[in-house]
Amino acid sequence: MARIPVQFTLNGQEKAEFIESGATLLNVLRDRMGDTSPKGGCQQGTCGACSVIIDGELRLSCLTLAETCEGATIETAGGLANGSELHPIQQAIVDGFATQCGFCAPGMVMAIKVLLDAKPAPSREDVVEAISGNVCRCTGYEPIIQAVLSVSRSNSQQAV
Amino acid sequence: MAIKRGRGVAAINYPTGMNLGGDPSQALVHSTPTGNFMVSLSSVDLGQGLRQVMSQICAETIGVPTEMVHIDTADTDTGPHCMGTFASRGTHRIGNAVRQAAEEARQVMLEVAAEELEVNASDLETDGTGNIQVKGAPQKSISIFDTALAAHFRRGRSISGRGMFLVQRSYPDTETGAMKPATCYAHACVVADVEVDDETGEVTVLSVKNVYEVGRALNPAMVEQQLVGGSWMGISHALYETTEPYYPDRSHGGTDFIHYLMPGPGDLAETETIVIERPAADGPYGAKGVGEMCANPQIPAVANAIFDAVGVRIDTMPITPERVLRALKAERGAVQSGAA
Repeated sequence: MARIPVQFTLNGQEKAEFIESGATLLNVLRDRMGDTSPKGGCQQGTCGACSVIIDGELRLSCLTLAETCEGATIETAGGLANGSELHPIQQAIVDGFATQCGFCAPGMVMAIKVLLDAKPAPSREDVVEAISGNVCRCTGYEPIIQAVLSVSRSNSQQAV
Repeated sequence: MAIKRGRGVAAINYPTGMNLGGDPSQALVHSTPTGNFMVSLSSVDLGQGLRQVMSQICAETIGVPTEMVHIDTADTDTGPHCMGTFASRGTHRIGNAVRQAAEEARQVMLEVAAEELEVNASDLETDGTGNIQVKGAPQKSISIFDTALAAHFRRGRSISGRGMFLVQRSYPDTETGAMKPATCYAHACVVADVEVDDETGEVTVLSVKNVYEVGRALNPAMVEQQLVGGSWMGISHALYETTEPYYPDRSHGGTDFIHYLMPGPGDLAETETIVIERPAADGPYGAKGVGEMCANPQIPAVANAIFDAVGVRIDTMPITPERVLRALKAERGAVQSGAA
């Protein structure tokens, strides 16, 4: 089958690849571009582990065809840290013991980033809503909710 | 038809590890030429924090900071034998093996330092920051870095140790059937408060209050993390999770997370968790296994709370709205026919 070209920006870098039509963004990111931060959990859009941000919106990369991402700006958990300096969301998750096996974390932090980008000081209900599409097996969610609220508290302190 | 409240209590006694065929774990510890310590294991860290806790046990035993310990796990081709990370056994079984290996390595380390300092090894102590010193005369000291260099390049010694932990298999007594299935038990008690809608059968867990007795919490933050997550999982087992289809044919079974239900972040019960430390005689620094038992006591506590609320005993998990309604219907039928 003829391969088709696709170009997009991944975590600030221009990427170009020839892909098979119908390939999911998840598989292209992981297998062709070496970004294994999005995880293939259920591969059917119910667990959220593959969540990435496409043009500012939270999307499930396992249900997104890579060819629909032409010209898009894509952010993944793999691009959050600045060198060895973790993103504040990642740091809060570490500090709050809000991840255990770690499989949900890359999708979870992207869902949280979309929330905090839009609403730097969300309510608990906002946080619950924002992560409701991301399944976590280990933490019982409460440590994650608390971690997000701690980021939002430090956001509001900086704003003052 | 009403929403009724109930409270249930449950307590559990949970064995650490298993020994129906012996339950061994082994560990090897050796120093690198720069005085860092490698711990070789076949045990797997699935995210529970085994590597962190093994670093702590090794570091505490040898007398060095945890940063000087590296854990090499999970090559079952080449590593020392381990039965695996399951049955709440990791901290206890593997930790005991690591402690024993680290004790032997520490002894060699002190012997080399004694030769370098020209003192008796029994007069030496570690300062916890990477130095070995004479007891009562800390000015006479040698760094572990220099001790390791001396061992490797001058003394021809390997600063290393072997560790082994094995609970022998216990066979039942032929007369009485008595046996000793485990050497170490963790404990927990839970009080669950629920609301049951007797029209829809829906159960809402309002709160769970958990008390866990864990031996000694070697890493308190990680123990709490395990217990908080486990408490959630216990509620999930009690009310939500099953792979069994409703109809007796596997093709009706769930195939995804739409059918395999778990409480989401919006369904959380108010959760309180208290840790009690009562060090185990045979645990590494007193630790018991808290892996699995953290998710067990919520199940009978929730079932008991449902009984308290609406008077039906449900003995099949998960306790779905349908099962509650069927039980209520059967109960009413029994009451009505009894009255007639």
